[in-house]
Amino acid sequence: MAKQLYYEDIEIGTEIPPLAKVATTRMLVQWAGASGDFNPLHYDEEFAKSMGVGAPIVHGALKRAWLGQLMTDWIGEQGVLKRLSCQYRGMDYPRKMRTMVEPQDGETWWCKGKVVKKYEERGEYLVECQIWVENGKGEVTTPGTALVSLPSKAAHKS
Amino acid sequence: MARESLISDELQKMIGMRSEPVIFKVEEGAIQRYAEAIGDTNPLYNDLEYAKKSKYGRLICPPGFTGWPVRRGRTTESISALLVKAGAPSRLLDGGVEFEFFEPMGAGDMLVATTTIAQITEKQTRLGSTLFTTTETTYLNQNGNLVLKAKQTLILF
Repeated sequence: MAKQLYYEDIEIGTEIPPLAKVATTRMLVQWAGASGDFNPLHYDEEFAKSMGVGAPIVHGALKRAWLGQLMTDWIGEQGVLKRLSCQYRGMDYPRKMRTMVEPQDGETWWCKGKVVKKYEERGEYLVECQIWVENGKGEVTTPGTALVSLPSKAAHKS
Repeated sequence: MARESLISDELQKMIGMRSEPVIFKVEEGAIQRYAEAIGDTNPLYNDLEYAKKSKYGRLICPPGFTGWPVRRGRTTESISALLVKAGAPSRLLDGGVEFEFFEPMGAGDMLVATTTIAQITEKQTRLGSTLFTTTETTYLNQNGNLVLKAKQTLILF
């Protein structure tokens, strides 16, 4: 795993290491099973068309989970995620499968973020971030925010 | 007025309505399957031995995972069914969520979730006449401690 991130390591504008994700029809099925969201909007062509979205779309909550991973990967085990929010603004369409396990060629989604505020409050070292998921065209489909607390080198005087 | 409001008196009365509690059980296998579905290889979600030696002492939940319902109360699906019964449009989209995390959640926890309908508003959007419903869910663990608050937006059109 990456080395632990400290409050002193970041500043306003610091970019969170981007996280690539590929949504596939197979992943959406696996997600439905794991999360308990069996809404046919995400696997049934005709239902999706009747909803006016054209074709089955990626679950919003799956994109939210990706953004959760973006943050927890970055803050390490000593960091604490305090708030996570996102809005499902744009529809994302999964790649279909070419083999049982390999997707067809297609878009890759990127989870990204940057630090917008850092401050100390009641002994906690807090960092506010703007985060988002971009589709293959670089359009932001899922904007969000996160608040984390990080360990501080200053507080760890041995 | 050219257009009638989507918010009937019956819908208006639902604001402030509180659900019956839903009980969620957090199990190791469920956490591992959830992590695998996202593609997150974090050992705190996957590796039992590693997680046991960590400060959490057990597998912990990826953010947003609250386990499986063991006693169904009013979940998002059933809240939207109630809204539709009260006259709301019937097509549902998830608009987004705000999570506030208070304490770690992990394998072995039993969580009790209670949901309140906080707000119902309407807007004209590219979907047409659209209803936005905000619900607030609080999760308490088996010690009675608040572990998570979730504010969810449901879009009905």
